[in-house]
Amino acid sequence: MSSALIVGVLAAGGTYLILQRGIVRIALGFTLLGHAATALLMAAGGTATRGVPFAGSGAEAADPLPQAFALTAIVISFGITAFLLTLAFRSRDAIGHDDVEDRRVPEDRSFPAHYDLHVGEREFPHS
Amino acid sequence: MSTLLVLPFALPLLAAALSVLWRHHRQAQRTVSYAALLTTIVLGARLIGATRDGEAVATAIGAWPRGLSIVFAADGFAALLLTTTATVSLLALAFAAARGEDRHPLFLPLADVLLAGVFAALLTADLFNLFVAYEIMLIASYVLLALRGGRRQLRAGVIYVAVNLLASTALLIGIGLLYGVTGTVNLAALHGVAATDPAATLATGVVLVAVGVKASLVPMHGWLPRAYVEAGPAVTALFSGLLTKVGVATLVRLTSVLFDGDPTWQPALLAIAAATMVVGVLGAIGRGDMRGILAFHMVSQVGYLVLPLGLWTHAALTAGIVYLVQYIAVKGALFLAAGAVETLTGTGALARLGGMIHTRPMLALGFGLPALALAGVPPTSGFVGKLLLIDAAFDAGHLLIGATAVAVSFFTLLSMVKIFNGVFWGETTELVRHERTEGPLGLAVPAGVARPTSSLLADRVEPRRAAQLIAPSVLVGVAVVVLGMGAAGLIELAGEAAAALLDPTRYLEVVSAA
Repeated sequence: MSSALIVGVLAAGGTYLILQRGIVRIALGFTLLGHAATALLMAAGGTATRGVPFAGSGAEAADPLPQAFALTAIVISFGITAFLLTLAFRSRDAIGHDDVEDRRVPEDRSFPAHYDLHVGEREFPHS
Repeated sequence: MSTLLVLPFALPLLAAALSVLWRHHRQAQRTVSYAALLTTIVLGARLIGATRDGEAVATAIGAWPRGLSIVFAADGFAALLLTTTATVSLLALAFAAARGEDRHPLFLPLADVLLAGVFAALLTADLFNLFVAYEIMLIASYVLLALRGGRRQLRAGVIYVAVNLLASTALLIGIGLLYGVTGTVNLAALHGVAATDPAATLATGVVLVAVGVKASLVPMHGWLPRAYVEAGPAVTALFSGLLTKVGVATLVRLTSVLFDGDPTWQPALLAIAAATMVVGVLGAIGRGDMRGILAFHMVSQVGYLVLPLGLWTHAALTAGIVYLVQYIAVKGALFLAAGAVETLTGTGALARLGGMIHTRPMLALGFGLPALALAGVPPTSGFVGKLLLIDAAFDAGHLLIGATAVAVSFFTLLSMVKIFNGVFWGETTELVRHERTEGPLGLAVPAGVARPTSSLLADRVEPRRAAQLIAPSVLVGVAVVVLGMGAAGLIELAGEAAAALLDPTRYLEVVSAA
């Protein structure tokens, strides 16, 4: 029951944060969601009924597999968080704040406009 | 043979490590990356031979006891996809070299990591390892997408990362739930659980939704057209051949093993397939740039790829595998041709292009043949795939779905004609006549450094480099026609692979014995 509550609260907080616009908030949201997933993995191994892994023997020793899963998931989410924060830093560098969606991001003239539709500039051929 | 299964995962990772060390020696980077891919192609071809007649091979990693170790396994389906994806990736990397996109010291290491993840996802027989493979693949793709470092890349990058990260979290949660319910993540031990145990069905459902986002099924497709067009052209080609296709391959594997072809959810899958076809093709009509149109068609084609899952007959699966194999090459070639146009003229906007068939006739061929294959026009391989698929839908009694597939094909042809019309036919525009490249091609601008200005724009691309840009798409174009005329061999292979998917007993035996 307590595992379920922890997962629920973390997932709720994470979901709220990733619906925000700033990248830093999104990064924090994914950190919380990652924790929710980790807690769920631990719960999947049956925390309520079992002891510490490897210490005891037989049925009361906890299943080590979910702990290995959780460790892997933590490492991955650590890497992703670092990347998201880099994106936030880069966007502060490029546009002065970390909200790439809000105020119109000025046109970037250094790169070719891939989907600029300059229809007025020239008519479509054969249209 | 079976221990060699680790190589498609290990070699690209090794190549990535070496090319980080040799990041200032581009030729060395290229050599190790291409060598890893070539080995994978050769291995894939041998695997196709070894998995004929429903045979499968598997190997366990490390000396762990049975049931604990991670198993890599290949059946006919995995072997075919492995060979195709590796071949298309090699073409995309050759294109990146011609374009100069791999001049960024981290481009090839990241591409290698991406490939390692893709090959691992195709070969793994362990659900948690599947999650890890997806993450390896996606982390590399996040960075590759943002590598150009412009503001648009930043914006596309945030959308792409946020959506895929959410899907990855859902995938992890789904796998956790499945483990909680069944106590295992080994595919051999999970045979048919989703068809018998309602709790496992629910957990598998969470996994399927997550994979559906990565395969960009409607209504979870919105991120793809927004993100893919902003990456460098070679990166888009690489992504198009790999990422969504791996999602589809996982869907096929899960349906085959976990659901064991359970017909309960087939109507839902058919509805999703039809919606994906229609929404994607309609979205493409609204776009006015080459890669934007192609990206929406990617969504649309996923519908065709998922259609066999809803029918789950031998004919449908055979058709689906034929279609998938040729489509990976076709879509890659289309993006490579679009990338070549962008490199030569500096834009992909249809309104600014025209008459390129006079200046670059081979490029017109390299775009035209795959475009015909995408629409399903004979004598290309796309025609064979679509004919078999639609035939299978009608045979299974799903007239509406079959009719939808035919109608969507017409719209696909319309879009392809629109691109061909805008780019290759008509009067030659100034831009096309005096080709000007983008300048420092696709290079990321480090933070705080002045951006390249128009004075850096180079003149025409030299003929040798132009030929290198155009060659990959022409190569696929010719292959597509050859495959269309002599499809019997591929159909036979696909038929055997389909039989192995319908009855995965041999695959699972090999996995549990590894």
